Amino acid sequence: MGTRDMMPSFELYQPDTLEAALDLLGRFGEDGWALAGGNDSFDWFKDRVKRPRYVVDLTGIEALKGIRETADGGVEIGALTTLTEIERSDVIRSRFGVLAEAASKVASPQIRNTGTIGGNLCQDARCWYYRYGVHCYRAGGNTCYADTPEGQNREHCLWGADRCVAVSPSDTAPAMVVLDARMVVAGPNGEREVPAEQFFIGPSIDITRMTVLEPGELLTAIRIPPSWAGARFYFEKVADRNVWDFPLVNIAAAMRVNGNVIEDARFAAGAVQCTPRRLTVVEEVVRGQPRSEDLARLAGQSAVRGATPLNYNHFKIPLLQNLVMRAVRDA
Amino acid sequence: MAENPRDRDVLGYPEPRYERSGLSDLASRKATRRQFIKGIIASGAAVSSAAYLFGCSSGERAVAPAGGVERMLTLRVNGQERHVDVLPNETLAMTLRYKLGLTGTKLGCDRGECGACTVLIDDVPTYACSTLTHQVRNRSIETIEGLEGPNGELHPVQQAMIDELGPQCGFCTPGQIMSAVGLLRANPRPTREEARLALSGNLCRCGAYDHYLNAVMRAAGQSAVSQA
Ligand SMILES: Cc1cc2nc3c(=O)[nH]c(=O)nc-3n(C[C@H](O)[C@H](O)[C@H](O)COP(=O)(O)OP(=O)(O)OC[C@H]3O[C@@H](n4cnc5c(N)ncnc54)[C@H](O)[C@@H]3O)c2cc1C
Ligand code: FES
Ligand code: FES
Repeated sequence: MGTRDMMPSFELYQPDTLEAALDLLGRFGEDGWALAGGNDSFDWFKDRVKRPRYVVDLTGIEALKGIRETADGGVEIGALTTLTEIERSDVIRSRFGVLAEAASKVASPQIRNTGTIGGNLCQDARCWYYRYGVHCYRAGGNTCYADTPEGQNREHCLWGADRCVAVSPSDTAPAMVVLDARMVVAGPNGEREVPAEQFFIGPSIDITRMTVLEPGELLTAIRIPPSWAGARFYFEKVADRNVWDFPLVNIAAAMRVNGNVIEDARFAAGAVQCTPRRLTVVEEVVRGQPRSEDLARLAGQSAVRGATPLNYNHFKIPLLQNLVMRAVRDA
Repeated sequence: MAENPRDRDVLGYPEPRYERSGLSDLASRKATRRQFIKGIIASGAAVSSAAYLFGCSSGERAVAPAGGVERMLTLRVNGQERHVDVLPNETLAMTLRYKLGLTGTKLGCDRGECGACTVLIDDVPTYACSTLTHQVRNRSIETIEGLEGPNGELHPVQQAMIDELGPQCGFCTPGQIMSAVGLLRANPRPTREEARLALSGNLCRCGAYDHYLNAVMRAAGQSAVSQA
């Protein structure tokens, strides 16, 4: 094996406050890039597909790290907190276990040791045509290479295709949706809070972005309200390999069960459309019902209504159906 | 590590250096790969900044945008202070292998997908191919070369790898060992399952996984067989 090449050069900035980082990113505009653990970014750089001139390393901003319990019984997680910290956090494990479980399924131990929750939620699409650097719709062109008769689209979407058929690759995003998390976004005009469900956007809204973040904005924290603390949770990820591979489908669920009756529930699936898919139909099917095999089966069937498979991803339909069934049954 | 005080003020940097006009032109800073390699050959392990200084006169440097990294770093590697000139876009694997001569850290995929480059940063297993060297200044960096004792005695994990016939081709072995050492420091008595998870970010093309796990259990003072 030959030696490896360097990634193309850039200037590196290591601010230690959020204000400084926002200021730098504001000045650099299109030429700037926010860097956290780099596990998504370096691929882009090494492949020379994205070539920012100025990279702003956020990992020195201590204020954006760590998990804090809030007065209302929820938690606030700094965007620069690593996935390993989340996976191991006692408070997350005991009260919001679905997130700890989701974080523990990302990539590999080493990637979780440096990969941040912010980077995991803000990561770009993993469609390999796009990652390869072809001029597809998402890259500003006018073709989708995955959605052609020969296109290899086994990993692609069941819903929400709009020129682009890429999916949300994140394992933690569905858990955030299920927990009704709120994303704290900071930018030149101050701070705003966006519900997790609205934070992610599909190609019909903006085909070149995966989130509502505008250039120059940063995700600073994730606030998880106490509403689902201590609920029954379920997370399962199906991937080709247990390590490194992105989800083919993942499912996150939270349920309040009283006696055997499901009083309320949240379901969200990843890797089936460009955003985590909140399964409101499933929630309606199970709400107020006693848990049973029949209910689980019905919930599974309802989850896949309206799914529109591509040439090679039909398997995702029974996969999602089974995952929802298990979640209802085993949470 | 002594930091240049010019680098930081309360906000992390002094304001006047913000001027966009002051940003040095990247085009003039390009070093070709050939120059890069020549630089290394010319100056041995630690490359002097002059060997491939990126067309950046001291005048330009003075007005470089504030907060931009200083290239001369002091890294703490295997308990030693190493002075080294590090490019902003340089991965730790590049610095270790090509600047510090620590070639025990392997580069397999250079994409975070194999684990051959695993080193310990403050005892935490980390892919050196997916970490910028500038991100780990002020941290403790440990490579396979740092494991043996002062008289060359092998680390218990290294010895156990030999005793259990761990490696086949050996390419993935330094990474596997670093993951195992990281595990045992955090959890000296792991179960075999915990060891399996801890080594799961290290591919072995030869499929020597079971041997590696046997070695980890042996190093932890546990019989490989009884811990199935
Ligand atoms: C081999 C491999 C396997 C992987 N497998 C999985 C997997 O199974 N599941 C999964 O979910 N992910 C996976 N990933 C994707 C991802 O790299 C990691 O999940 C990681 O969490 C990304 O975090 P980071 O801090 O390293 O990201 P970075 O690369 O630093 O950032 C990713 C993106 O988010 C932006 N960003 C980062 N932080 C912020 C912030 N605070 N505000 C605004 N923008 C920000 C960056 O600009 C960049 O565009 C994998 C990656 C690799 C290389
Ligand atoms: S070389 Fe770093 S993970 Fe493969
Ligand atoms: S021993 Fe050959 S790759 Fe692991």
